Amino acid sequence: MYQYDHYDQAMVDARVAEFRDQCQRRLEGKLTEDQFKPLRLMNGLYLQLHAYMLRVAIPYGTLSGAQMRALGNIADKFDRKYGHFTTRQNIQYNWIKLEDAPDILADLAKVEMHAIQTSGNCIRNISSDHFAGAAADEIIDPRPYAELLRQWSSFHPEFSYLPRKFKIAVIASETDRAAMRLHDIGINIVRNDAGELGAAFYVGGGMGRTPMIAPLINGFVPLDQLITYSEACLRVYNRYGRRDNKYKARVKILVHELGAEEYTRQVEEEFALLIAQSIEPPFAELERIRTYFDEPAFDADASDELDRTDPDFAVWSDRNTHPHKTPGYVSAVISLKPVGGIPGDATADQMRLMAELAEQYSFDECRVTHTQNIVLPHVRKADLFALWQKLDAAGLGTPNLDQVGDIIACPGLDYCSLANARSIPIAQQISQRFHANGKGEILGELKLKISGCINACGHHHAGHIGILGVDKKGVENYQLSLGGSEAEDTSLGKITGRGFDEAGIVDAVETSVDVYLAQRQDGERFLDTYRRIGMEPFKEALYG
Amino acid sequence: MVDPAQNGLRFRTDAPVSDPAVTVEAFAEQTNALAVRIEPGEDVRLLLPFLDRLRLVEVNFPSFGDGRGYSAARILREAGYTGELRAVGDVLVDQIAYMKRCGFDAFQPDELLDRGDVENALSRWPDVYQPTADGRVPIWNLRHG
Ligand code: SF4
Repeated sequence: MYQYDHYDQAMVDARVAEFRDQCQRRLEGKLTEDQFKPLRLMNGLYLQLHAYMLRVAIPYGTLSGAQMRALGNIADKFDRKYGHFTTRQNIQYNWIKLEDAPDILADLAKVEMHAIQTSGNCIRNISSDHFAGAAADEIIDPRPYAELLRQWSSFHPEFSYLPRKFKIAVIASETDRAAMRLHDIGINIVRNDAGELGAAFYVGGGMGRTPMIAPLINGFVPLDQLITYSEACLRVYNRYGRRDNKYKARVKILVHELGAEEYTRQVEEEFALLIAQSIEPPFAELERIRTYFDEPAFDADASDELDRTDPDFAVWSDRNTHPHKTPGYVSAVISLKPVGGIPGDATADQMRLMAELAEQYSFDECRVTHTQNIVLPHVRKADLFALWQKLDAAGLGTPNLDQVGDIIACPGLDYCSLANARSIPIAQQISQRFHANGKGEILGELKLKISGCINACGHHHAGHIGILGVDKKGVENYQLSLGGSEAEDTSLGKITGRGFDEAGIVDAVETSVDVYLAQRQDGERFLDTYRRIGMEPFKEALYG
Repeated sequence: MVDPAQNGLRFRTDAPVSDPAVTVEAFAEQTNALAVRIEPGEDVRLLLPFLDRLRLVEVNFPSFGDGRGYSAARILREAGYTGELRAVGDVLVDQIAYMKRCGFDAFQPDELLDRGDVENALSRWPDVYQPTADGRVPIWNLRHG
């Protein structure tokens, strides 16, 4: 894992001091709320419906045990003993006092963490594959590149007042576990025919009001031009992205309005000028960062056998583990989606337990997934049963990874000041319904995602089944969409038709699932059946 | 109007240009003009043919949240402009450190800034990650000698 040197630490410490000073000036009335707002936002502090919310960055989703423990302790000390892991691999605390915010940042800085640029119209926390460094199918660990981009984008003086927020994801395998093409910039580290590594740049993806899948703008940027090329992409956006309408301000609109070809031409032109400025970090820096991501000392004699005697454990290990590149190991996924629970929430005690388990069983590492679960990336198969027992005892052993109960839901109207409708209770009811009727067990992979408004924080466009909360004459109403995917076969869901009320949407999900169950052929997932038979049979069943 | 020299927010030793800044369009036509003011939507590269006679570029920030002026400043510096680069308008203390990094060396804010706050803001960061127009050696290079 990456570790700060004194330079990184000094930057984060300076930020804490700066924010303490800004809070002070706000409390003294030297800053108006309008002037303070962008400053607090760049430190992850939002004003929500009931209180301030603090969003803490988890760069590329990777945490050490000590960091996870610190997150739990912050939940205890400053919040209501829980935190919420988000779809951008971050954590949010929902009940924060403004006066406490500088102290929380100081506690975070002690474990090399921060809330820098987790909000505001700047480059946000860089996300990545949650199985990075462990997945059997990756070309290389993408995180050193993500870390280089983290440093480059931190306090970037030219790109701190962009037209809109800017999100970057970096992956390095054909299987896309990070929704890479639904980011402002998606980078896929690839190998060319000569065997060299490079970065494929996709620009202009995103969800929100106008969901778009990012087009490829350059299939191979040499790695010693990664930063310069990123800078060119950003500069064209900063200069020409729309600022007249916040709903049209994301780079996806610029790319769409110019056309991918013209945007690319402008980027290449800017790049040609920038390359002469020698802004690229020395290659030795990338090498230095890489050493922090060296493989842990895996046990070469680790047994590849798994004792499956306990049937509950067998089910969990079938569903909640992912193949590891090293024989004898797996990546284990801890579901934060207990039946009827709040997706992505973890209590302070659970966080501390996960910290301990990461230290004990996974080389002191855990990951946050964009699906709001936690991964222990490197677990010996021989330890898996013991691990599961401890998880299960703490309510963390739900065997539902990628199943209907593994719902992504945004905070919605329970917390969020932008929401039209509640997301969490809908997720809870769906999860309970499919548990009670037993269908959850027979459905296989089904990705269900819920957003409380068109901003799409719950990724509903990319759900096999998506639910969007809309406001219909002051009454909460829900639109249903089918056929989205955030994986390498990225697609956007289609709306089925008129919306449903709270009870109706839960029924509508079940009706859609019944159509699938009646029509599915061998081994088909919900998404496959939908793609084969199309929308009509679902419409028929829903609206008849 | 705040006099940038008097307000102390000028980080140059040469004498300030007293000519009024004209629009980009007027500047291209008036071959004796020394000072120009650019607005957020204007292409700063239109000024590049005139670097020889340019002494002062004012970059207007009608609202602090519009960051186009940061790119304009860096582009001028990258092209070799060495004259005064002045940020005018809605320029607040929490932005000037970043502005300085992008190459601004004078500030003419609509509202007078507190001297102590300015000094704090400018001395806050011991080092920087990225190379920009201010010539500071980035952490990346410090690490590797
Ligand atoms: S999707 Fe809307 S309601 Fe949900 S968290 Fe985002 S802004 Fe809030």
